Amino acid sequence: MKLAEIKDLLRCEVLAGEEDLSVDISQVVASDGMSEILAFAKSKELMITGLTNIQSIRTADIAGVSAVLYCRGKRPDKKVIEFAKQKRIPVLATEMVMFDICGILYNKGLKGVS
Amino acid sequence: MAAELLRESFQIQGRNFDKAGEISSEIKMILKDLGIDAGCLRRAVIVAFEAEMNVAMYADRGTLTLVLTDKDISLDVRDEGPGIPDIELALQEGYSTASDEMRDMGFGFGMGLPNMKKNSDEFCLESEVGKGTRVFARIRLNSHG
Repeated sequence: MKLAEIKDLLRCEVLAGEEDLSVDISQVVASDGMSEILAFAKSKELMITGLTNIQSIRTADIAGVSAVLYCRGKRPDKKVIEFAKQKRIPVLATEMVMFDICGILYNKGLKGVS
Repeated sequence: MAAELLRESFQIQGRNFDKAGEISSEIKMILKDLGIDAGCLRRAVIVAFEAEMNVAMYADRGTLTLVLTDKDISLDVRDEGPGIPDIELALQEGYSTASDEMRDMGFGFGMGLPNMKKNSDEFCLESEVGKGTRVFARIRLNSHG
């Protein structure tokens, strides 16, 4: 599924990487614990988190995920968004909670990483 | 005997969440520029990042030394911190001594040290309570993980 479709499906705001929404996503890793993301991500996933500090983007970069989606209406500050742009990591944000996001994406055929 | 291609040491600032991770990002760029295989690079930077976060969370200061040879990448991280009283326990997934503040930052869920071990081909953790901790990790360039 294209990131652009995920954006529409979850009614997301695009905070960074508007030009990179054509990226294909087939797997998802979702957690507020950054070490869990690092432990399970195999690269190229969509990372869903409620953690909006600079470490969320650092983790995304180290883990090699394709995009970051912030849930529950949380928004990172400008510095974090700038850092994501610098690392060329698309960043989306939605009002939806993590459980609902995962349920919707699972129903659309996306899978978690195991 | 492995030929040493690169050796670089980095100072890690203790108790500084904002800066934590900068060194690992730099290591990622260095290794990427040298054309290191993506899988090995990924494992090395995960180890570096977790180690850097641990120093930032617990220690006053630390040093990370990166050595690249034609056979492997090694990371030697030494800190001046509280040390670990029970290493076996610290290596158990889920065991954590983190504060609420650390968890609010997204770390301290008892996955850091196990992550480092899992991503290393050789892993060694030594610690002296009240003095500090040393983590040594080696990632072979021909390994698959």
